[in-house]
Amino acid sequence: MTVARPRPRQLAGRPELYTSYAQHLRLLNTTPKRRAVLALAVVAFALPFVYDDQTLRLLTLGFAAAIGAIGLNIVTGYAGQVTLGHAFFLAIGAYTAAALSGDPDGRTIGFGVSNVAVWLLAAGLVAAFFGVLVAPLATRLRGLYLAIVTLGLVFLGEHVFKEWEELTGGPGVGREGPVPVLFGNQLNAPGDMFTGEQKLYLLTLVLLVVFAVLARNLARSKVGRAFAAIRDRDVAASVIGVSLTHYKVLAFAASSFYAGCAGAMLYTITGFIEPGSFNLLLSVQYIAMVLIGGVGTVSGSIMGAMFITLLPRVTRELPGFAPFVSSDASAPLNVFQIETVLYGLLIIGFLLFEPRGLYGVWIRLRNYWKSWPFSY
Amino acid sequence: MTAAPSDDAAILEFDDVRLSFAGVKAIDGVSFHVGARELFAIIGPNGAGKTSIFNVLSGVYRPRRGRVRFDGRDLIGMRPHRIAALGLARTFQNIELFANLTVLDNLMLGRHTHIRYGALSAFAWLGRARNAELAHRAVVEDIVDFLELEQWREHPVRLLPYGIQKRVELGRALAADPKLLLLDEPVAGMNLEETEDMARFILDIRDELDLPMIMVEHDMGIVMDLADRIMAMDFGRAIATGAPAEVQNHPDVIRAYLGEEEAAS
Ligand SMILES: Nc1ncnc2c1ncn2[C@@H]1O[C@H](COP(=O)(O)OP(=O)(O)OP(=O)(O)O)[C@@H](O)[C@H]1O
Ligand SMILES: [Mg+2]
Repeated sequence: MTVARPRPRQLAGRPELYTSYAQHLRLLNTTPKRRAVLALAVVAFALPFVYDDQTLRLLTLGFAAAIGAIGLNIVTGYAGQVTLGHAFFLAIGAYTAAALSGDPDGRTIGFGVSNVAVWLLAAGLVAAFFGVLVAPLATRLRGLYLAIVTLGLVFLGEHVFKEWEELTGGPGVGREGPVPVLFGNQLNAPGDMFTGEQKLYLLTLVLLVVFAVLARNLARSKVGRAFAAIRDRDVAASVIGVSLTHYKVLAFAASSFYAGCAGAMLYTITGFIEPGSFNLLLSVQYIAMVLIGGVGTVSGSIMGAMFITLLPRVTRELPGFAPFVSSDASAPLNVFQIETVLYGLLIIGFLLFEPRGLYGVWIRLRNYWKSWPFSY
Repeated sequence: MTAAPSDDAAILEFDDVRLSFAGVKAIDGVSFHVGARELFAIIGPNGAGKTSIFNVLSGVYRPRRGRVRFDGRDLIGMRPHRIAALGLARTFQNIELFANLTVLDNLMLGRHTHIRYGALSAFAWLGRARNAELAHRAVVEDIVDFLELEQWREHPVRLLPYGIQKRVELGRALAADPKLLLLDEPVAGMNLEETEDMARFILDIRDELDLPMIMVEHDMGIVMDLADRIMAMDFGRAIATGAPAEVQNHPDVIRAYLGEEEAAS
């Protein structure tokens, strides 16, 4: 079969008229999209030279969380398998990376392999391995049942992490996060040109871009279509030739790989891992990122993750404006309570009014400006 | 078993199959075969077991006993996606499209078993995956032309009129390049114009693609016009099999249909 592949050109004044399949299949298939992404990239790479280290750290955490949110969106948003086990896979990644890169003579397990490329890949692969082990559950259970059983995974993990002190340092003690070294350069310590925060920011941003592009590729491929088919109608999917087992395993593997890498990066940025942090609340936060950002979209996952990560920063300013809100966790009305309530309200609000999440809000804004004043 | 007129080897042999649900005998010892170029129709009142036969064929139900041979392979016990890969495609009585996906994506899913690249190529989207997508997209565009779906290509199927959805589902089955096509009530619920369009497409498929088909249908006009042979069923049993005129005038068939009308009145 021969497929004509002329260099795609857009017709003047008709930005959405595609002239070839190749163009239609491209990620950034229109000039406005390309320009917007380019502008965003320029801003993102310029930020570390504008903001202070503390803000950079927060943004970097947001990027790492975004990698994890994209991962959750692969299995839950694209493939429709609702899981509450995401915190478990984040933990696997964090501990794999920390153990590999840790000091061999330290208090906790360490192998001294501090090359980022090595421990990041290992974190992803070990988490993916556990994902593959868990996936068969999804071939037997659906919907809420799967969610409940994957929740069991989080409890199991919490218990093991608390008990296994050689690895985790134990509750209340914890251990150091992964040690990042790239090309002989210690990334979490200040260097000649950049601060540690700037270096980690740039590394995490590059990783996020790579992971986002890979996920978009997956979504537009036969794999992404098979995921959507399983999500929408699994019997019909199998009758047209989609192996449910194969694709559910694949979805869990890919999702956990992302979670593993995200976990490794998150605790590189914070520098410290407390075994009690991989709990249900963490899983729920990721669900919130996906729901608020946009189910089944990569850009939505990023928006949701940034939103949830930056939210506490905003609420913690509250006592300044509203004196009756306390920043002390034991006070009757404190910022932590407000945060929790806000998560809940936001999830309910988005589910009711904009199920497409922030992504949907963005599409609406875009369409509004596109037809303004009436360009058609 | 007598050979179908003008046909050589059978593409499908369905032999003494029995299937029951909690005491209901959905298929009660039915046997038939379909010739390599035949349009075989199955008729019968509601609940006769017609759809159950399709579900056995595509591996959704596993019969208690019997044998099903398709293109030289035994189907019973095989998983649905394996059967699809052997070249059996179908449509459903109640449309089973992927509602949130576009017409194009639904058709591309129909080609799923032919698109051969792995997950790693999918992530990378270099050469292999991209070229495969382009090549299969071209095949799918031919189906879009064939079924006159051009104007709907980019629409999510849930927004399409019922008759068009039926047509998209036919397209999804055709996209699989099947060796045998199963149509479960292709014109049910359609108006006259939509029915005529669908009948025309079925004729075209037969003439241009030379594709054997099994069609379950209540519309006797369509069945009489299109079918080479007909099997009439009632209460899970085959009560008559043969040329359209024979089956139509078979006393048991008349009784089954009259019985249904009496029960309804
Ligand atoms: N999944 C199931 N569970 C229980 N009973 C079933 C199931 N599927 C079919 N049946 C029963 O098997 C019998 C045959 O059903 P089937 O759907 O094959 O009939 P049909 O000939 O396709 O009827 P219709 O013309 O109404 O589509 C019916 O009595 C039906 O209730
Ligand atoms: Mg039926």
